[in-house]
Amino acid sequence: MSTTTAENTAPETPERDDEDLEDIEDSLLEFYARELKDLGGVFVRTLYYCVNGTREKGDVAVQMFAIGNGSLFFMTITMAFIGAIVAYQMGLQTQKIIPDMSLLGAGFLKLQVRDLIASVGAMPLATRVGAGIAAEIGSMVVTEQTDALRMSAADPVDFLVVPRFLAAVVMGTVVLCIGGAVSIFAGMTVALVSFDINPNTFFNFSMLTWGDVTLGLLKMVTYGGTIAIVSSQRGLRTFGGSEGVGLATTEAVVGSLFGIIIWQFLLSAIGYVLLPP
Amino acid sequence: MSNGTSASLAIPERMGAALLDIATQVGGITIMAGQIARRAAPWRIDRYEFTRNMYRMGVKSLPILAATAFFVGAIMVIQAAPVVVQYNARNFLGWSAIYTTFREIGPLLMALMFNGRVGANNTAELGTMAVTEQLDALRALAIDPITYLVVPRAISIVIILTCLVVIGDFLAILGAIGMAWFMLDVHWLFFINSALPRLELWDFLVGIIKAFLYGIMIALNSCYFGLSTTGGAPGVGRAVNRSVVAAASGVFIADYMSTFILD
Repeated sequence: MSTTTAENTAPETPERDDEDLEDIEDSLLEFYARELKDLGGVFVRTLYYCVNGTREKGDVAVQMFAIGNGSLFFMTITMAFIGAIVAYQMGLQTQKIIPDMSLLGAGFLKLQVRDLIASVGAMPLATRVGAGIAAEIGSMVVTEQTDALRMSAADPVDFLVVPRFLAAVVMGTVVLCIGGAVSIFAGMTVALVSFDINPNTFFNFSMLTWGDVTLGLLKMVTYGGTIAIVSSQRGLRTFGGSEGVGLATTEAVVGSLFGIIIWQFLLSAIGYVLLPP
Repeated sequence: MSNGTSASLAIPERMGAALLDIATQVGGITIMAGQIARRAAPWRIDRYEFTRNMYRMGVKSLPILAATAFFVGAIMVIQAAPVVVQYNARNFLGWSAIYTTFREIGPLLMALMFNGRVGANNTAELGTMAVTEQLDALRALAIDPITYLVVPRAISIVIILTCLVVIGDFLAILGAIGMAWFMLDVHWLFFINSALPRLELWDFLVGIIKAFLYGIMIALNSCYFGLSTTGGAPGVGRAVNRSVVAAASGVFIADYMSTFILD
């Protein structure tokens, strides 16, 4: 008995190892496919419930306050630093190529409006809002509040994700616009102090087109939605107590940041073709 | 608001509370920095904990940071493309993309990503230990949590972020070269040849110094908020949230300071 099993298992072991490896490879691909499918599912259900869901009155307003007003202070400070840094870096770069600094303001405004306000500003926003959403929903999941919702025949996507999605799309855009204005004024100050550029010369809108503004706003809306959907999906999949909440929060931040970078790449490339500068 | 305050005092009271909160955090982080420095001075570190953290933070976050860096390079070329086409300045493309990536965008975006991946994870782990009273258990065994848990983590975060930015800088160049070739028909040899004479070693070193500073910010913030977690599973979520926000602010402030000092 024992000999036969030994004979049976001995030649099979290496094969089984290969199969295991294949399983791992397969499951890694499958893992990403499943993730994307899950994200898509949450997104589609969110859109569905946006149109015909039973919304609690005032839920969206509460989330708008949490996402918008809550992150306004942090975002204003961060965006001021971003504007100052970008203006200084551009000044250094311009000094190396051409001594003429009169077009710095025009180039700065174009770059800021077209890409940097939305894309770089969305990163601290994702850190704050994404971590908040995932921590909140994750805590509800581990304390079985979402199960209670399901027991009452209410889809958690309808009750938890939709208000956050709407709030993040609207308030994300608003906060980024306010932050963008702050960053432009910070850039103006740096240009005045470090490179002696008169504010009148700095505010040169000749290079700015409506295409730039459209692309910038489109990016803000997309990033806001991405942050809400990715973080909510991560939060809803939380399991395993406080450790799980921490893990979900981490994954939410990483996922939203990576989503923003991929959207930035795609939208910049599409914008280059469709809304040429 | 606390009891006994009239509504008219609500706003100043909230502002004061927020200021006190920030002061508490900055003070706590400074004290923790001192504690870490004191314990790290004679090199006494738990080697198993140190290597384990280096592996978890470094090897495990390499794929996501590599992807980030690659896209950053590509995006810098897309952003420079309009100017390049308009003024036919193809020979500046390589320099402008690599210069910006090295000095500013590369370390900054990688640090933000690293903050989300490793900083948040670190806070979550320490926070879970705090709320499940594992830290108290360590103290009861006369093991100092700062020596045993915080010092290895803080040092590995700083080392790993610096190393990852070195790797990421070169991946970003690859991304930029690929995008320039694909989108603007700039040959990779031309791209590199146009960049090399204008680039200085200092441009690269500025980014590395910045990465080192960002690493210190992320390490201190994530460890401080992890250790001071209270209130069960929701508390861990809150701690992670506050830690990533504080570390991101710290990174931007460090960026601002270092950009002006190291030019």
